[in-house]
This record gives sequence, C-alpha cells and structure tokens, in this order.
Amino acid sequence: MRFLFKTDYAQDTRLFPFGGTKRFWSGLALYAAILAALAHYAPVALTSTHWLGLAIVYAVAFGAVLLRQNADGEGGHAAFWYGLLGVAALSAPFVLDLYFLSQITFVYVYAIAGVGLILLLGMCGQISLGHAAFMACGAYTAALLQAQGFDLLVTLPAAILLSALLGVVIGLPALRMTGIYLAFATYAFAFIVEEVLARWDGLTGGNMGFVLSDPSILGYTFDSEQKMYYLAMVLFALTLLAGLNIRRSSTGRAFMAIRDSETAAEAMGVNLAVYKTTAFAISAGMAGLAGAVYAHLLFFISPEGFTILLSINLLVLAVIGGLASMHGAIFGAAFIVVLPQLISLTKDSLPPVVGQLPGLESGIFGLVIILFVILEPMGLHGRWMKIKTYFQLFPLYKRGTFRRQKSYMVSEKNR
Amino acid sequence: MDRVLGRIWWLLSASAVIAFFSPPVLWLFGVMDGAQLTQYLQQVVSGTANGCVYALVALGIVLIYKATETINFAQGELMMVGAFLAFTFITMYGLNFWLGAALAVAGGVLFGMATDRAIIRPVVGQPVFAIVMVTLGFGFVVRAVVSMVPGWGTDTYALATPFSGADLRLGALVVSQDYAAIIASTVVLCGFLFLFFRYTRLGVAMEASSENQLAAYYMGIPVKRVYTLIWGLSAGVAAFAGLLLAPITFIHTQMGFGVIFKAFPAAILGGFGSIPGAIVGGLIIGIVEALAGFYLPEGFKDVAAYVVLLIVLLLKPEGIFGRVVVKKV
Repeated sequence: MRFLFKTDYAQDTRLFPFGGTKRFWSGLALYAAILAALAHYAPVALTSTHWLGLAIVYAVAFGAVLLRQNADGEGGHAAFWYGLLGVAALSAPFVLDLYFLSQITFVYVYAIAGVGLILLLGMCGQISLGHAAFMACGAYTAALLQAQGFDLLVTLPAAILLSALLGVVIGLPALRMTGIYLAFATYAFAFIVEEVLARWDGLTGGNMGFVLSDPSILGYTFDSEQKMYYLAMVLFALTLLAGLNIRRSSTGRAFMAIRDSETAAEAMGVNLAVYKTTAFAISAGMAGLAGAVYAHLLFFISPEGFTILLSINLLVLAVIGGLASMHGAIFGAAFIVVLPQLISLTKDSLPPVVGQLPGLESGIFGLVIILFVILEPMGLHGRWMKIKTYFQLFPLYKRGTFRRQKSYMVSEKNR
Repeated sequence: MDRVLGRIWWLLSASAVIAFFSPPVLWLFGVMDGAQLTQYLQQVVSGTANGCVYALVALGIVLIYKATETINFAQGELMMVGAFLAFTFITMYGLNFWLGAALAVAGGVLFGMATDRAIIRPVVGQPVFAIVMVTLGFGFVVRAVVSMVPGWGTDTYALATPFSGADLRLGALVVSQDYAAIIASTVVLCGFLFLFFRYTRLGVAMEASSENQLAAYYMGIPVKRVYTLIWGLSAGVAAFAGLLLAPITFIHTQMGFGVIFKAFPAAILGGFGSIPGAIVGGLIIGIVEALAGFYLPEGFKDVAAYVVLLIVLLLKPEGIFGRVVVKKV
C-alpha cells in the first residue's frame, strides 16, 4: 500500500484520524432510526443475517467516510451527506423492487470500470479502446476459477491480477506511442483477445458461452439479488477509495504530469515507462474486477458481450460522467444504465409510428453524446458542480464563473 | 534499443516484400506450378480491390486529420450515406449509372460540408478526445437516421453496375470487372488528388492550413471555408469508396462500421497524417487479409490485419511513412 500510494507516516495519520465522537454517535443514531423505519416498512422480514450484514457494511462505509475528514474536522459536511448517501444505498435492497435493485447493481459494476478508465484517461491522458478485453479477462478468470471450485476470495484477486498483467502487456505500446496510435494498438490487442476467447472453445466454451453459478465466500453464498447488490456496492466503495487515494498520492500526481506534458514530466524526473505501465495496470485491474462481478451478475458470459461496443460504452461513460473527477464514474455509470431503460420506457408511450422506428435507441444515444460534448464538456459532474456553486454563491453567481478560456485549435502534433 | 528495433524493422519489412514478390520467381524456377501461382495472384487481386476501398476511407480520415486534427470516426458513415445515395439514384429512381454515381458523390460532398458546419464547428478548440466522441456520436445518429429513412431501412441491398457479372481474363487469371474497376478508379482518383494538391490554388491552400492553421490565416487563407471544403472533399472520397464497395459487398446500415475498423489501422499503419501512407496501409491490410484468409486456418483472416498493425507499431511507432515531431526543450 505504502509503495503504491507513496504516503509517509504523517500523511497516514492525517488520512486516518479519529473522526470525532459527536459526529460518530449522531450518525449512528440516524442509522438506527432509518433501520427502525426499515424494519417496520420492509416488504420482507429482516433476519439476523440481514442485520449482521447491514451492520458490518455500514460500519465499513460510515467509517471510511468519517475518516476522510482531516484532523481539523474539514470535510464534515461532506461526511454527513456521504453518510446519508451511504445509508440510502444500504437500505435500497429493503425498499426497491428487484428490477431497480439489479439496475443499481449494474451501475456499481460499470462505475468500478469507470473509476479505472477515469484514472487512465482523465488522469494519465492515455486512451484505451481495449477495456472490453480487460473486462473479458476478469470475467473469464473468475468464471474458470469458480468452475474449479474456488470462492470469491481467490477468484476476485486472481481476476484483478491477471487483468492487470494483461494491462501491462497492452500498456507496453503506450511507452512508444500516443493518441490515435495508442487507441488502435489497444483495440488491436482487444480484438485479438476477443478472437482467442471465441476460438479457444476447449477452455472458454467459445461462442456458446460459459455458465456460472452463485458466487460464495468461505461457504457464504451470494444467492439473491440483495446479496449481490451488497457485494457490488462494497467492491465499488473499495475501488473508489483506492482511486481517490491514488489520485492524492505522488503516483497520481505523476499521472497528471504525464497527461499535461510528457516532456515536462520527464524533465521533472517522472519515469514515463514505469508510470504509464502502472496506469494501465491499475486501470485494467479495476476493469477486470468489474468484469468478474459482471459475470457473476449475468451468470452467463460469451465473447460477444465484450466487443468494441463495450469499450465505446465505457468511453462514453467516462466522457458523459466527467473526466475531471471520480464522481464522474458513478454519474456516467448511472447514465449508461438508465438511458436505454428510459428510452425503452418512453418508447411505449410514443405513437407507434415513432416508437417502432429501428435505430431509435442508438440515435438518441449518439445525439446525447454530441449534445453533451457541445453543451457540457465537463460532463454530468461539471453540471453538478455548476448547480452546487450557484446555490453556494446564491445571489452572486455569474454566468462566466465556469466559462472556459477562448481556445484556438489545440495541436497534438508537437508534444 | 531504438537502433536494434530499427534493424529488425528493416529486416522484417524487406523479407515481407521479398516474400510478397517471390511466387512468380518460384514459378519461373519450377518450385510452384501454374495453378498455385494463379491462386496466389487471384488472392492478391481481390485483396488489392478490398484494400483500395480501405485506402480510400483511410484517405478521407487522413485528409480531415491533416487539416483539422479531427479524428473522424464517422468516416464509415459518410461512406455508407454515399452508397445509399447511389442506391437511391440508380436503383430506386432508375437513373443512368454514371449520372447516379456523380449525383451520389455530389450528395456526399454536400453532406460532408453540412457535417462540418453543424457538428464540428461548435467543438473546434476542444480537446481532441472530445471531438472524437462527437464524431463517434454522430456516427450513431447517422446510422439511426439512415435506418429510419423510408426505402432504405435496415435491409440489405445490392447495387448493379455496368461491370457486374463480367470477367476480365489475363491469361489464366480471371479478374471480376468489379474488382478491376475498383483498382483502376482508385488509381485515377489518387492521381487527381495528387495533381489537385500540387497544382491548384485551393489544394495548396488546404496543404497550408493543415501545416499551420494560424500562419495560413495570417496569409489570407479563409481557414474556416477551407476546412468546410476539406470535409466536403473527404466525404466525396468516402462516397466514392461506398460506390466502389457496394457491388462487391452489399449496402446496409452497418457497412461503414465494419470498414472503419480496417481503415483506421490502414491509416495508422502508413503513418497517421500521411496521404501515401494511407493508400499503402490500405493495400497492405487488404492483401494481408486476403492471403491470411486463404492460406491460414479459419479465424486468422480478421486477426491478421491487427497482428501486422501491432508488429509495425512496436517496431516503428510512427507508422511506415509517419514523421515524428518531438518538442525540444
């Protein structure tokens, strides 16, 4: 941990201080109140397993949020609101029906991959059209190991490690190329990986696909939608925490230096080869984790699920969500999951002449991408920041606050 | 390290070229019999024809990139629109083939210019990546809209040309006239483009604005208008490619999406931003694909092009004809 995040002892104590008793107890009281309400209104009877699981997960999430504030108590507001968000996320399985719950689970899975992509693209400036291959690698690793009888404690780390290793291999071209060259080098790799998965049918089942069973940890089986929801949520929280810490560390700063100017970064002593490879490895590891959970959610994987369309979807996720911040991952993931549902919902209420048109879905999808880049280049997170600033500065907000500098064409010919 | 890679690059490329030209020599020395040589040449010709289409789409991508630094993921869709226009004019309206083809290319040019004005102009100055996403989204929209147009839809159509069905016999080699027409018209088009960029005022102005936008502006070149014209030119080339591809495959909404993932590797193989590179890259991809499809086991046909791309990029990251500009501090 200390190597990856490059923290020293002082930073560690600042990162994990004691969060203050008052806030802790008030948060706990709030939690107890919400749980009481849940127990009263929940559609299913809460068993002791439910309570235990809730308590553990809540302790982890709430503790992580509390610890994020520094010694001066800054970030307290954020801790409160994130705590509330955490409680809402935790209580979702008791309130929502299974359909919505599984949709939120998919949001978590996409967000895990999104955090990785934002690390790579938004922070390190390296483009990848091959993230579908990393997800495929994670998914197949988890599936094949599970078929051998291993549980999640083995399959998930193996999926992460193998995907990260693949990321290092795919990242090797990044040492010598940038931009569109890199994009298609990664695409070429991803295409070859997909083809291998499809052709090696002795191992992967080829295009017939591969069927998974319920995942388990130490004999505890995740055999319901609710349990899978919690699993995905915890994994997402851990990924997000890792992502935030990487950004804060010197590793993250090296990434940003590389993004802004490779020449300058090299002059400052950033080893380009090491850090670019690290970025690819971390990003690929996260995509692999997402792929593993994705496989367990779907119970069925085949190479057709991991084509270039998935890679493009992930890029859209990152751009629409906002590349500047980790918030973008969850915003973008929600967008990716919600938009198709929204379109198919509105389809029924439209007149049949319009609703039955082929290609309506992909057309709206493309249109939204275009409008976002033209009207809101910072993504959903950027829009959220503007709304927040508007209310914070209430009467004083100026339209020009976020106006970008007039820029001429940015040339990438010289870098 | 770089020197070693450079040596390997020379060795590999030289042996690839020698291997490519060796079958006739082997035939002369009696190692290969006539039937095998004919088979080989047959594959090379069909690969060249496919490669010409890739080359033309790649050429359009490179033209736009050189001038505006926009990486256009919608080039395949521009091609698809050109093919559908040709289908409309020739098959649906029953116009003369040549008139219909000319109208289709003209329609493609107008469509490209409209795209520049409506979609690309508002995002000029944003990071390259943002513009890539815009063109990607635009591709989705075009595909959706084309599938909604009455008479086009999601069906697959064939385009009949005056050449269809007839063969050209060169000794034992039988070349379908469609393939011959593709190769011949690509050569002619490339010749015209070369003359255009070399000798016309507009061509030189386009070269100038792609070399340095600001300097061209100071010299009195109307850069914005030149960009619109470049989009028109590039879309015209794409429509032409669609016209050529239509007889050997079919016209459908997804035809662009398939070609674009061959045309980009072609442009990159040749060195992104180099016009001769795009053409050479397209030919290499087309021929490698055809030969791999014929001589290697099933499954290698699609992968072969990407394997070649990866090998070239590992040894020569700027592509065959690419130039590297490294900022000196």
